[in-house]
Amino acid sequence: MNVETSVRVEDKLFYNRYLVDVGRPHIKVRAHTQPSPQLLALLKVCPARCYELNDKGQVEVTVDGCIECGTCRVIGEPTGDIEWSYPRGGYGVLFKFG
Amino acid sequence: MIEEKFDAIVVGAGMSGNAAALAMAQRGMKVLQLERGEYAGSKNVQGAILYADMLETLIPDFRDDAPLERHLVEQRFWIMDDRSHLGVHYRSEDFNEERPNRYTIIRAQFDKWFSSKVREAGATVLCETTVTELARDAHGKVIGVRTDRRDGEIHADVVVLAEGVNGLLGTRARLRERPKPDKVALAVKEMHFLPRETIEAHFNLKGDEGVVVEAAGTISSGMTGMGFIYANKECISIGIGCIVADFQRTGETPYGLLDRFKRHPSVAPLIEGSEVKEYSAHLIPEGGYKAIPQLYGDGWVVVGDAAQLNNAIHREGSNLAMTSGRIAAEAIVQVKSRSHPMTAANLSVYKKMLDDSFVIKDLKKHKDMPMLMHTNSQNFFLTYPQLVSRAMQNYVRVDGTPKAEKEKVTLKSFVNARSWTGLFGDAFRLARAWR
Repeated sequence: MNVETSVRVEDKLFYNRYLVDVGRPHIKVRAHTQPSPQLLALLKVCPARCYELNDKGQVEVTVDGCIECGTCRVIGEPTGDIEWSYPRGGYGVLFKFG
Repeated sequence: MIEEKFDAIVVGAGMSGNAAALAMAQRGMKVLQLERGEYAGSKNVQGAILYADMLETLIPDFRDDAPLERHLVEQRFWIMDDRSHLGVHYRSEDFNEERPNRYTIIRAQFDKWFSSKVREAGATVLCETTVTELARDAHGKVIGVRTDRRDGEIHADVVVLAEGVNGLLGTRARLRERPKPDKVALAVKEMHFLPRETIEAHFNLKGDEGVVVEAAGTISSGMTGMGFIYANKECISIGIGCIVADFQRTGETPYGLLDRFKRHPSVAPLIEGSEVKEYSAHLIPEGGYKAIPQLYGDGWVVVGDAAQLNNAIHREGSNLAMTSGRIAAEAIVQVKSRSHPMTAANLSVYKKMLDDSFVIKDLKKHKDMPMLMHTNSQNFFLTYPQLVSRAMQNYVRVDGTPKAEKEKVTLKSFVNARSWTGLFGDAFRLARAWR
């Protein structure tokens, strides 16, 4: 477990190229007071660590570093916890190698 | 609105979409291909291995100008515990042949090249365009698409959904279900750059020879999953993937797993001194035969990862994608050549042709494997690798213990961990699912 906390995902994302669609996030979290188990799972399973708890204990998403894998869609869309679309054409992550 | 009508619209420019668009354009069809990335390949992630046979069918002389990395001469399978690995390696000089069978590739570069062939064949390729919705007529027949670029619709006789594992269009239009967490794996990958000679020294290669390492065991912390290491010319693709439902259940993080895999004493020396240049993630369809959705309908067909066509046991996906794309194209061309409408009944020929190909035959053969691996993940990915490692260490370490006693200890460790019934049951279930 010590290993995991030492992995800095932000540093990994820094290698990648993005074109951020400012003001038009392609993922939205449904407003909630208590996060569902599905939302809480996203805090750990999202490979870009886009999901975080705010100081009220609610789950928030910041999509700027999203690598568009769709894992959160598979977990969080069936319960209605999140709304998931692809970014607009040309926006989002731009893989050089892929 | 684009006024002109196309014979076919292909959504997506990955392996299946490019194969479909190319095969239709080669046969004189008027094809529009839509891709949401900046260029074909900029959203696509794979290990990646290219299977020559399936590409040769479409582009016989692809070796002349395709961006290939290394041809594979060696396959290494590793069973790992935390400090060891037991390897089965197969290397053959036969793979140093004039027309090699498998290559490592870098998808963003390869797909760009593949897309250039699609354009050369006469298709219209429009990038930076996300398709938002399927357009349907009053009877529900798919008649085209809507995009985020233009108002209105673009019309075609048939839409080929090559939208990848996360295909939104098909699920939004209720043509198929969203993949379930226990039927997809999440894989994360890094690209590690090293000088060519260093890679060749680390992996015992010369020239353009390449090697693949596939690893399972305690690296996935009891989840159903695998690690992989592919040698490219000047970089190494290294990654690990596990079933999404397992991540959900265990609370493991994908980057934590990757980090542990990279630090493993058997792996660390291979990537030592490298510079990381990209971090990516992708879902992989793992449900196999039983997860294949409806493949065709009025005015549409679905191909590749969007149709869950992935052989998780042999870790083949891009070839199934390419082949399903090509077969869909051939089916569509056949329907069109008879001047028949693109109805579900007429497009069902796609499924018939696919059923007769290796794609469905292979998936059918292993139809029970995904469930077996998933329901027994603790045994297959944690218990057995540890037992095997201990057994091997016991076998090779010379310490004055009589061999008979050593073997007794090994046998006992297996029986204690799994019981005789468990051992025979596992062997039987594995054999039955493989058959």
